[in-house]
Amino acid sequence: MFELLGIPPQALFGQVLLGLINGSFYAVLSLGLAVIFGLLNIINFAHGALYMMGAFVSWMLLTYFGIPFWFALVLSPLIVGSIGMVIERTMLRPLHELDHLYSLLLTFGLTLVITGIFQNYYGVSGKPYPIPDILSGGINLGFMYLPKYRAFIIVMSILVCFSTWFLIEKTRLGAYLRAATENPEMVSAFGINVPLLVTLTYGFGVALAAFAGVLAAPVYSVNPVMGNDLIIVVFAVIVIGGMGSIMGAIIGGFSLGLVEGLTKVFYPEASTTIIFIIMALVLLFKPSGIFGREA
Amino acid sequence: MPANTTVHTGTSLDLKGAEENARSFRYQLIAFALVAAFIIIAPQFLYPVFVMKLLCFALFAAAFNLMLGFGGLLSFGHAAFFGGAGYAAGHAAKIWGLPPEVSILFAVFVTVVLGAIFGFLAIKSRGIYFAMITLSFAQMVYFYALQSPVTGGEDGLQSIPRNHFFGLIDMSSDENFYWMVAAIFALGFLFVYRVIHSPFGEVLKGIRENEPRMISLGYQVQRYKLLTFIISAGVSGLAGGTKAMVFHLASLVDVHWTMSGEVVLMTLIGGMGTIFGPIIGAAVVVTMQNYLANLGSMVLIIQGGVFIICVLTFRKGIVGVIGSWLKVRL
Repeated sequence: MFELLGIPPQALFGQVLLGLINGSFYAVLSLGLAVIFGLLNIINFAHGALYMMGAFVSWMLLTYFGIPFWFALVLSPLIVGSIGMVIERTMLRPLHELDHLYSLLLTFGLTLVITGIFQNYYGVSGKPYPIPDILSGGINLGFMYLPKYRAFIIVMSILVCFSTWFLIEKTRLGAYLRAATENPEMVSAFGINVPLLVTLTYGFGVALAAFAGVLAAPVYSVNPVMGNDLIIVVFAVIVIGGMGSIMGAIIGGFSLGLVEGLTKVFYPEASTTIIFIIMALVLLFKPSGIFGREA
Repeated sequence: MPANTTVHTGTSLDLKGAEENARSFRYQLIAFALVAAFIIIAPQFLYPVFVMKLLCFALFAAAFNLMLGFGGLLSFGHAAFFGGAGYAAGHAAKIWGLPPEVSILFAVFVTVVLGAIFGFLAIKSRGIYFAMITLSFAQMVYFYALQSPVTGGEDGLQSIPRNHFFGLIDMSSDENFYWMVAAIFALGFLFVYRVIHSPFGEVLKGIRENEPRMISLGYQVQRYKLLTFIISAGVSGLAGGTKAMVFHLASLVDVHWTMSGEVVLMTLIGGMGTIFGPIIGAAVVVTMQNYLANLGSMVLIIQGGVFIICVLTFRKGIVGVIGSWLKVRL
């Protein structure tokens, strides 16, 4: 059995895989934040709570209605996304004219309320969510054992990230969106319903968070605080990638997950802080983020 | 963040402004007298530890408000200073056996250094970016506190002794310690008041209202912001260090980001950019938590609900509303 820098390969590849899985969640979550930030110019603090809600909705669908994972994968983002649209219409819209910091504070308040509601009904202990049969078990790759579901997470999130990128950068709808980001008055003068676009965008960003939540349900236990600390790391990821940059969110998410995984192998004490340290370094040398435009 | 107060330059000579200033000052004196009276009478009818907790949070909120209300800088990472100071003071008192005043001063020193480092890195950014970055730095402190043996991880630092004030007066009784906390609060709060009303504070308000203009007037805006950040961190440290001594405990709760959110809530309820708002806001939040403590998760829901209502409909805060009724700056 060969060793790499004194680390057994199983441990190394295991952590790389784990890092890629965390990176998948970082990527999908920061992508949602970037999409929302791009058009609404707000940071959705409630993103972590909505991710948790996505996981919980899929758990409820299974537990109360017997709806399996595959349908939840579509239904839960739709349900949570609609809730997001209601939030945008009723609470974020009135704050649109004010300083964007108010929206940040509002979504912070929402985080407390959503977390509180789920804690009140389900407690803080986790709810188990079974891995769908077809994806249970794993494949032996010779140098490591690859659980099928974990591979599925990585593949799904790459697919979602790529489709979102394609939607925004290559389609007509995406063009409207990018135009509305640059100059909403001009775009609405061309007869495009910008408020509707804003609502849909927020709903879409929230749906991405919920999608990540559904994917996370079988691997992490479904509990009301699952998004709490995760979301702060994701904030650091989007600062590193460049606020509002789609590519920055995707590439930043995956690579920072990987870096975190590798840190766990070589210097475990720093694994929880490495992303924040990278953020500090990026801020020193390129304050607008690696993929960000100069402010 | 735009506030409802107008900018009054220190050199303004017009009589109307001077008259208004004098009027505001009279009302401020009354408010000061009320606060002082409360501090003196409170231990007669309220549990002293509760009042001490309230004073610590009021000072914390005042320090935070200096940044948000007067500098327009929303930091989402002030828990790092508040909680970090708790660990510093606790370590000094428990491991080194230092007297309370030295322990708390040590905590202030630590937070000033921490504030200088974080501030140096964060101050170049503004608005939401600034909030995110301060939040991330604070989370770094949180993870450090969670893992390091120095901070005791999940247990925190427990049974921190208060020792003897100047090696003479025993501070272990709450009656004695109360007056020390009251003095710390008074000094800290008057210091913040002085900063707000100094030429430095006027420049700060100018930056809040119109940063490009202040730059074109030749002010080194970044330095003003950085110094504000450091002052705010130091006073937060003063509050946090004192709080750890009050409860004999430094724990993860005080460094978690929910604490950063709580101080925003206090400032918002009381009225950001007001002088006495943080005291009222802290009183409301601390009292609310005290009475709702046995409701469990309902506290979160109610607190979040109050947050949402404040942001949507009550952005001036309690003191801000009273101030605009009386047409004075409180």
